[in-house]
Parts: sequence; structure tokens; C-alpha cells
Amino acid sequence: MSIKPLAMRDVLLDRIWRAMEEDKKIFFVSADFGSPVLDKIRADFPERFVNVGIAEQNLINVSAGLALEGYTVFAYAIAPFITMRCYEQIRVSLALLSEVRPMNVNLIGVGAGFSYVVSGPTHQCYEDITLMRALPNFRVLSPSDHVTAGAFFDRCVSTKGPKYLRLDAQVLPVLYDTNAPELDVGFHIHQGGEKICLVATGYMMHTALKVAESLAAMGYLVGVIDLFDISNFDAEQLQAVLSAYVGIVTLEEGFRGRGGVDAMLFEFIARRSLSARMLNIGVEGAYRFELGSREELHEQVGIGPEFVLNSVTTFIQSFPN
Amino acid sequence: MKVSTTDLRDKAHWVWRESLAIHRRAPETRIASSLSCIEIFVALYYGGVLRFDSVQPLAEHRDRCVISKGHGSICMYPILADLGYFSLDELQRVCKAGGFLGGIPDPVIPGYETVNGSLGHGLGVGTGMALGLKTKGSDRSVFVVCGDGELHEGANWEAIMFASQHKLDNLHLIVDDNRISMLGYTDDIVSHGSLSARLSAFGWDCLEVDGHEIEDVQAALLKMKAKKAGKPKALIARTLKGHGVPGLENAPLSHIMNPKPELIDSLLEQSL
Repeated sequence: MSIKPLAMRDVLLDRIWRAMEEDKKIFFVSADFGSPVLDKIRADFPERFVNVGIAEQNLINVSAGLALEGYTVFAYAIAPFITMRCYEQIRVSLALLSEVRPMNVNLIGVGAGFSYVVSGPTHQCYEDITLMRALPNFRVLSPSDHVTAGAFFDRCVSTKGPKYLRLDAQVLPVLYDTNAPELDVGFHIHQGGEKICLVATGYMMHTALKVAESLAAMGYLVGVIDLFDISNFDAEQLQAVLSAYVGIVTLEEGFRGRGGVDAMLFEFIARRSLSARMLNIGVEGAYRFELGSREELHEQVGIGPEFVLNSVTTFIQSFPN
Repeated sequence: MKVSTTDLRDKAHWVWRESLAIHRRAPETRIASSLSCIEIFVALYYGGVLRFDSVQPLAEHRDRCVISKGHGSICMYPILADLGYFSLDELQRVCKAGGFLGGIPDPVIPGYETVNGSLGHGLGVGTGMALGLKTKGSDRSVFVVCGDGELHEGANWEAIMFASQHKLDNLHLIVDDNRISMLGYTDDIVSHGSLSARLSAFGWDCLEVDGHEIEDVQAALLKMKAKKAGKPKALIARTLKGHGVPGLENAPLSHIMNPKPELIDSLLEQSL
């Protein structure tokens, strides 16, 4: 890899910082959540940076008010707090109000899935995809590396409406070294395959690629798709791609069977009368308090590479040759 | 626009009658909480307090009026119609198919800035507007009208702390302090004690007024709007829920009570 992997938030915040000099309409609101790059925004644009304190409800309301006054707002907090602590504010003053009044608010949630590894279930986030995709008028963006996270900046500025960017808190390997993701398509085909296609989002893209590599060594060539725009992907293109497969595996770092990417794709293939069967990889069961590395935790809850490899192998073997 | 006190009183009386008439036609509307804030809205809109544009309701040169106590603002329907935001005929179609004036006002109604009815949102959004106006160098003001029961919602207090921290002296909170929420007197539920004392302790400038003495309300609003001392401002308007309707006025369950059509008819006849 020629590009050094960086934290998603640092890259996105750097894009925002660089744009704020030119674009006087950008306002940055934090709920007492920082980063070294954020310090540059605080120092250089104090009149368009505000820290509301540990007050996510007010984070959303103040952001809505600023957006109604014409600002392009970036609101920033830890993922579970910026989505769930203030869900009704998001529903009423962003999703609902944007139906009537144009406004541009971009919620940046840091800490997708297990990325706050040792902080436990309050700071980990397994429900956000489900909750945020339930809201009309909302766009849910889930990048798998810092290149995609940074590339979303232009879309955030140019596309009106509320958006949720689900960022990983850890530095992840670069997936788009030479090939920039096609943001308008909403997904990217990393490799084509036979019969089985893995559709992953966020961190789980890296697991999907690992598993695909192991499967290739076993003689199974599977497709791998990065779904980074969960709400506005090109449905016709995705249908065309998926219709070539007999089995689809969804991979997400969120609860399984509770309305996340798995449910979205179930609905998608049912509505479009695709014949593929599905296997869903997601966090099994309820909240967990175990400690360990992210990889260890993933194996415990049914989303680690080893567990996924076994599940997908069994899934592949369940199809007639 | 200079309006005489007599004219303001006449207008408030007309709004009171029209509000009752709307409720007579659409009993789904919340009438008691819409009768406590009539003088507040009449003073804001007719008393030379608010700058507004009924032809371009969202024009940049308007003062922003956020009506957070949504369902308790049915009295705004005749006011907005009278001022030309929409036709007076619409008042005949409240809560009816094809109309846009619902039981709880939505921002599809010209003159309504935000989503209301779900309580405790208006002040926070208004605070963001006030910060946005200051940042872009505008001299426009934000007025937020809420109920005292609504102040039980904690998000308000996040906004109250934020507004004083940022010295938002273009932000005005008007509390329709009728002291009754749905299930009874707020003092028996979760008492605010003295709201003025509480808000002052949070760094706000506070005024109190009899919310049914329209000239006092108007004077207080003009005074608070003129004052720019680096503090957000609140007007606590002491009011009566169900004002002017026997049996309804100040009844602990007035929020969910509907006066009988015959009573409304006789009140409208007597008050001509």
C-alpha cells in the first residue's frame, strides 16, 4: 500500500478544516468530543466552532437551528451517543423538519461496532444502522477506510439533507489505494466471484476480504462488495450484480436479525424477486461485557474471520454443485 | 406599526372568539392551552414586537418566532390568517381533509418555523438559530414560546445553559406559565418553584408579567427585545389555562376537557 492508513475522523476533519477557510457556511458542532485535527478547527475558526458540552440533545437542536440559518453543519460525537441519546431530536428536527425546510446537517459518529474495544457496550455501537436507516430523508454512510471517509466530505457539502456518517474509531487498512470509490453508486465491487457474494459494510469489509482470501485458497472464488452508502445505493446496479449469485452473505458489525444491513438486503432481494439464499453475519445475542482484542471479541459474538469462514464454507457446501 | 391598547384588546378578544369557534368545529384541537397564550401572540404580532413578512414567511429579514408549545397554539390560526399568511377560509377546514391546519400545527403551515407539539424541541432549535444569526452578523431576533409543563423536558435546560454561556441576547423565551400540564397542576407534579429564580440562576435576564394584561405583555416584550446586555432573556407570563371559559379556566384537567358546544355558542353570543 502506498497510502499510509489514517483514522477516518482525522481525514474527514482535515477535509472540513481545509474547506472552512473558503466556505464560510461550514459550522462545526461538537458534544465535547475531540481529536488532534479538531484542535486546528477550534483554533482557526473559533466563530464557527462550538462545543455544546456533554449534551447530545442540544447538539442536534443547535445544529438544526444553525442549518435553518443556512449553515452546512457537521455535528460530532461518539456514535452511540450522537444516534441514541438524541434520537427524538434527530427524528423531529432533522428527519421530519427537513421534509419541509431545506437543511444540511451531517452527523459524524465515531466508534462504529466494537471499535472502542475495552469501553464496553455503552461506547460500542451495534444498533445505529438499524435506527438511522429507519428515518426517511436520512442518508446513512458507512465507510470502510479513510479514503472513503474523506471522499464523503464533498457529498456532505453538496447534498442537502441530514446524513449520518458511521466512522470507525481505529485506523483500518486502506482499501482504495489506487481506485477511488464511486460514491454515487453507493457500493464497490472489490472482486467478482462464482455463486456466492459477500456484502459487507465498514470494518467488516476487512473481515470479508480475509475470508474471501481463505476461501480462494480452498478453491472457492466468492464475490466481495463494499456497501458504503446504506440508504442511497444504485439499486438497479446492485440488482444486476447480485442476480448473478445463488447465495449472498451479509457482514455487519451490528446486531444480527434486528433490522440492519441483513434486513435491508433481505427486503431488497425479496422485493426484486431475486432467488439468492442468504446467510447473515452479525453480532449474536445481547450485550456483552467480555474483554479482549477486537478480533477476540468478534470471534466470541460470531463475526470473527474464523467463525465467518466456517459459516460461509458450510453455506457454500449447502448448495448443489 | 403602532397599535393602540384598545385595538390590541379588541384583537385579543377577536382571537379568543375565533379560537373557540375553531374548537367548536374541530373538537380535536386543544383549546384550554390555546386560550392562555392569546395575549402573548397578539402582543408579539400586533404590538410592534416581531418583524415578520406574511407574503414571504421565511424571508431573511424576519424575526424568528418558534412556537414550541405546538398544540397549545390553535389561537395562532386566526392570527396568521388575519395577517395574510393564508386565507381566512382555511379556518373552516381545521382538522379537515384537504386542509393544512391540523390538531397540532406542522411546519407546512406558513408562519410556523419548526416541528412543534413534541415538546421541548423549540428552545434548542431556536438557540441554534440565535447562534447562527449572531455568527452571520444579523440583527434579527429569535422568540420561542413554550409552556411551563414543557420545561420538564431536560433538553430545554441544555439549551438554557448553552444560551447564557454564549451570551445570546438575541434569544427570547416566553413561558406561557399556566401551571397546568395534562394531568394536573405542575406544582403538584414537578414544581418549577419560581421560574424566574431558576432561569436567573442559569444566567438569564427575567421579567414577569400578568399574561392576560395585554399592554403589560406588550411593554415587557418591547423592553426585553430592546435590552442587549449579553444575556438571553425570558418573560414569564402568568396565565390561566382555559382563560375566560367557565368550568375550563384553571381546571386541573382542562388540557383534555372539551367545553360543550352549547357553552361555546352561548359564550360567543354573550361576548359579541
